[in-house]
Amino acid sequence: MNTAEPNNARAPVGLDFAAASPATLLVRGANVLDPRTGIDAVTDLVVRDGAVAAIGEALEAPDGAEVVEAEGLHAFPAFVDPHVHLRTPGREDEEDVDSGTRAAAAGGYGAILAQPNTEPVVDSASVLRSLRERARAEARIPTGFLAAITVGQRGERLTEMAELAEAGAAGFTDDGLPVRSAGVMRQALQYQRLAGRQLALHEEDVSLSGDGVMHEGAVSALLGLAGIPSVSESSQVARDCALAAYEDARIHIQHVSALETVEVIARAKAAGTRVTCEASPHHLLLTDNEVRTLDTNFKMNPPLRAETDRLTLVEALRSGTIDCVATDHAPHAREEKEHPFEQAPMGVTGLETAFAALHTGLVLPGVLELGLLVERMTAGGEPFGLPVPRIEAGAPANLCLVDLDAEWEVGEPGYESRSANCAFAGQRLTGRVRVTIAAGSVAYRERSFALGAVA
Amino acid sequence: MNQHLLSIDDVTREDIERIIGRAESFAEVSGREIKKVPTLRGRTVINLFYEASTRTSSSFELAAKRLSADLVNIKSSGSAVDKGESLKDTVQTLSAYDPAAIVIRSPQVGAAALVARWTRASVINAGDGKHEHPTQALLDLYTLKQRTGSLEGLNVWIVGDVLHSRVARSNILAFSRMGCRVTVCGPPTLIPRGIESLGCRVHTTLDDLAEADVVYALRMQLERMTGSFVPSLREYAAQYQIDGRRLGPNQLLMHPGPVNRGVELAAEVIDSPQALIVQQVESGVVVRMAVLYELLAGRGAPGGVRIEAATEPQPA
Repeated sequence: MNTAEPNNARAPVGLDFAAASPATLLVRGANVLDPRTGIDAVTDLVVRDGAVAAIGEALEAPDGAEVVEAEGLHAFPAFVDPHVHLRTPGREDEEDVDSGTRAAAAGGYGAILAQPNTEPVVDSASVLRSLRERARAEARIPTGFLAAITVGQRGERLTEMAELAEAGAAGFTDDGLPVRSAGVMRQALQYQRLAGRQLALHEEDVSLSGDGVMHEGAVSALLGLAGIPSVSESSQVARDCALAAYEDARIHIQHVSALETVEVIARAKAAGTRVTCEASPHHLLLTDNEVRTLDTNFKMNPPLRAETDRLTLVEALRSGTIDCVATDHAPHAREEKEHPFEQAPMGVTGLETAFAALHTGLVLPGVLELGLLVERMTAGGEPFGLPVPRIEAGAPANLCLVDLDAEWEVGEPGYESRSANCAFAGQRLTGRVRVTIAAGSVAYRERSFALGAVA
Repeated sequence: MNQHLLSIDDVTREDIERIIGRAESFAEVSGREIKKVPTLRGRTVINLFYEASTRTSSSFELAAKRLSADLVNIKSSGSAVDKGESLKDTVQTLSAYDPAAIVIRSPQVGAAALVARWTRASVINAGDGKHEHPTQALLDLYTLKQRTGSLEGLNVWIVGDVLHSRVARSNILAFSRMGCRVTVCGPPTLIPRGIESLGCRVHTTLDDLAEADVVYALRMQLERMTGSFVPSLREYAAQYQIDGRRLGPNQLLMHPGPVNRGVELAAEVIDSPQALIVQQVESGVVVRMAVLYELLAGRGAPGGVRIEAATEPQPA
C-alpha cells in the first residue's frame, strides 16, 4: 500500500486571489487572541509588507504604516471556510467570485474553498483553470476550488482527478449530491492514492431522503411536509467511513447535521479512520422548529434538525469530533426563494454572519469558549492540507479585527453577497468584523471604520 | 378571529362555535326559495384553484353567490398560471382588483400563508398541499354536531392515508380543539413520524375500532399505489376497509369524499343511515358562507361595521 501522504504526491493546493498591495500597519491595542500560539493579550501588532513583523508593547509604526486604533477590538487569525458556493460559472446573478469573496472577507475570512456544483460542473481541468484565472483577477481573498468526484456529478464515472490535482484542485466533492454507488465511492477512495487531495462528501441516502424538504419529525408531521430522516445522513456516513477505513483513505464529511452522524464519526475516529468533518452555523444554532414559519430561508440540505441534534453538534464541536465550522454559504436568487416552501431551492447564505451568529448564540451564553470558537473557525483548511493561519512574528498577515460588543441587525446594512437568503436575517447579533487582512493585504474594512492616519 | 383562515390554528374554540352557529342560521336561508342574502353585496371574492376540485370550489362559489358577493373563478388551466407566472405575480395582479377575499387551493404547503403576505384581502386556505384544509374540518364539525348535539368527549378514529392527507391534519387539530379524543389509524408506512405531537393517539390496526363513536375514513389516493406505501389495494382493503362487519350499529361514519367504493369503504356502509357523507357535502355551502361572513363581515373583520351598515340601511 502506498502510504505517502496524498497531498505530497502532487503540486500544492492552489489558492488564488487578486494580489493587492501588501499592507504595512500598526495595530494598536487590540486583544490579540490566537489559540494555537497561546497568545491572549492586549498588545500592539506590526504588519510590515504583508507579514507580521512584531507583537508587543508600545511598538513603533514602521515608515509609511497605517495606524489602526484597535482599542476594544479583538484580533483573531482570519477564518477559513472550506464550504462556499460561489455560483460561478453559471449563476453569476446569485454570486460571483468578487461578491462571494467580498462577503467572505466581511465575515472575517482569509481563505475559502469553493464547491464545484456550478453550471458547468467543475469536472475538467479547463473549467478549473478558467476559474482560477478569474480568481486571480477578482478574488479579494485566497480562494481554492474543489473539483467534482464524478463527471457531471452524475455519480457514474470518476473525473480526471490526477490532472485536476495537477491543475490545482483543492480537493474533490460532488457536494449537493451524494455519491450514490458504494462501488464508485470505493474507486474514488482508491484513486486518492494517485490523485491525492481530500474527498469531501455530501452524505445522503436518496432512497431515504426522497423528495423530503425538511427534517422528519414532529414539525414535518404538523406541516404535512415530506421529511428527510436523520438516518439518511448517518447511514451513508457509516458506509463511507467503512470504505475509507478499508481503503486507508481520507474523507471529510460535509455539513454534519444529525446526532446519529456524530456518533458514527466519533466511533470511526476512535477506530483510527482518517475522517474529519464540519458543521455549519445554522445547524449549530437553529432547529426544525424554525420551519413552522415556512420561511424558505430555513430550507437547506441537510435540513435543520431537532434540538437534541443541535445540542449534540455543539458538544461535538467543543470536543473536536467536529473539526471545523463551515458555512455552506449557498446564495439563491430572491425570486426563487419566494416560491412556496416545497418548490424553493435548498440553501442559505452564511459568510457574513457565521462568527457573529456563533458568538451571539454560543459564546455569549457561556456554552462555548471564545478561543475554542476561533480555533474551530480557523481550522477549515486543515483537512485539505492548507496552512492554518497563525498570528506570530514572521507569519503572513492573516487576521481579522472584531468588535465583540457591537450589536447589529442582520441584513439591515445590506449584504456584500449578491443574495440575501440568510437564515439569520433580521436577528440582532453581537460581534462585528471591522477589518480583515488576508494573505498580507487588507481585504475588507467596514465602511464606517476608517484606518488611521499614515505615520 | 384573525383576518385569514389559513389553519385550524387560526381559530379558537369560541371562533369555531360561532362559525357553527352562523352556519346554522344560514342553513335556514338555504331552506328558502330565494337562497340569497345581501351581506357581501359589492364585494369581490376570488377563487384561485391550482388543483382540480369539484366540491370545494363549487361550494365556495355558491357560498359567495348566496352572500351576494361578486365572484371570480380562476383555475390553473387556461390562466396566466400555466404560462409560468409566479404565485406572487398572480396574487399581486388579482389584488389590484381589491378583492375582499381570496380563496386558494394549491398543491404547495404554505401557499395560502404566502398569499396572505402579498395581499390585503382575507385569505382562506381551501387546501395547501398535504398541510391543511381548515374549511373541510369546520364543515365536518358542523355536520357531526347536527347529528350528535355535542362534540365534547366523542371518540373519533381517523382511518387511512394520514401521511398524504391535509384533511387528517386539520381534523386532528379541529376535533381535539372541540374536546374530542382523536386516534389515527392506518398502515405504518402512511402514518407520519411525530404525528402524536398534534395531540392524537396512533394505532396501526382496527382491532380497537369498537371504542370509536365516529369513524372518519380518509380517501385512499389511488396514485399513491404506484409507490410502495402499501403492497396492494387488496391488502389495504383487507386490513383497513370500513365495512358492515367492522362498523358497529352505534358508530357514525364520515368521509371527505370522493369515496373509492370498495377500497376504504364498502358499499353497504356508504349507504347506511350511520353515514354522514351526504350531509358533509350539504354542509359545505353553509359553513363556507359562515366562514366568509366571519372574515368579511363578522366581529373583528376589517370594515365589518361599515358592511353591516351598508346591508341594513340607516334611517335618513
